[in-house]
Amino acid sequence: MSKVFIAFQLNEDTRPIIEAVLADNPHAVANESPAMVKIDAEGQLVIKRESIEELIGRDFDLQELQINLITISGHLDEDDDEFKLSWLN
Amino acid sequence: MEIDLRTVAIKPLRHTFDHIVRRFGDKPASRYQEGTYDIQQTDIFHYRPMWEPELQLFDKRRTKVQMKDWYALKDPRQFYYGAWTIARSRQQDAAESSFDMIEERGLADIVPEEIKQTALAVLVPLRHVEWGGNMGNSYISAYGYGTAITQPCLYHAMDHLAVAQYLTRIGLVLDGPEALDSAKDAWMEAAMWQPMRQHVENVLVVQDWFEIFVAQNLVLEGLTYPLIYDYLDGDFSANGGTVISMMTRFMGEWSAETAKWVDAQIKVAAAESAENKALITDWVKQYRPLVLAALAPIARRAFGDQAETVLAEVTAQFNARCTKAGLSV
Repeated sequence: MSKVFIAFQLNEDTRPIIEAVLADNPHAVANESPAMVKIDAEGQLVIKRESIEELIGRDFDLQELQINLITISGHLDEDDDEFKLSWLN
Repeated sequence: MEIDLRTVAIKPLRHTFDHIVRRFGDKPASRYQEGTYDIQQTDIFHYRPMWEPELQLFDKRRTKVQMKDWYALKDPRQFYYGAWTIARSRQQDAAESSFDMIEERGLADIVPEEIKQTALAVLVPLRHVEWGGNMGNSYISAYGYGTAITQPCLYHAMDHLAVAQYLTRIGLVLDGPEALDSAKDAWMEAAMWQPMRQHVENVLVVQDWFEIFVAQNLVLEGLTYPLIYDYLDGDFSANGGTVISMMTRFMGEWSAETAKWVDAQIKVAAAESAENKALITDWVKQYRPLVLAALAPIARRAFGDQAETVLAEVTAQFNARCTKAGLSV
């Protein structure tokens, strides 16, 4: 298995996103550096719109991730409900 | 001289306040959590209120509803002052630009006369009903218990003033300043408005703050807003009164948003105990016929011979909403 990762700036907007990602992906590991967090995961990482909406109490558009996104690694498969990183091999 | 740059990671010793840590664990907390939980003053009161010496200044006994933890009544929208003002200012910008366009291009002149008269007769006097909503919610935020519920009620009270102002502007746009005087006269004198006026005034003197929450935010608004901003608005749009829909857009959006918040409160309070559920159910049963009776003449003016059908539909939707929130009405 190979690793995928995603890195976010650390601020009030990304706190619920990070919380949702870690809850939905128990195998993921968050590494905090100053002002950013990098989330590593074996195999795949899924970000679910619904989980984020539950935490913030309003409608969320997955495109809002992009505002605070630093970098990703992996093959990206996204639709309106899920933002999924994996390696297809 | 050589300079080496390196980053130093500083681990914060505290993520948030101790009382938030006790509730949610030692991790960074959201603004909503920090600005809401356990902020209600619970002790060290210097004196009892002179007007009610049998109670403390802030007292759980001001309502018959009982909660183990009043902070269970949390706001699903997570409004703290900043979030609420930002959300409303966006909506206000949208509303302002609608009004600007209507005023600049004189769009009010193309509204068919009959529609215009209905709007003036039904919408503008409603601003007095909104004032009642402001008073009721202000009372809740003053005498209620727990910031989780008193905070959004104060926002809700202020939102009622916003709605009243939009209704006022609709009157000004359609008919100038006279519209406001005739609406006030209708509110004070016209037979069509007296049942509603009586009901609003009766709710003004209710003592139990949670009863006001049910009477005003659930029953009165839950029946009135769909009738006016959904059904009547649809009639306006279908008959050449799109301009009026542009002016009531905020009310439509806002009533849908706040209904979700109200439902969440009712759901949590009713799920807490059989006593709460019975109490809230009884209040709904008490106030529903009163509001429907108050709305009947207004609906007749708005929908003519369709009034009963429309009211029945609105009531059915309202009952379904209450059932979903866990009440047996």
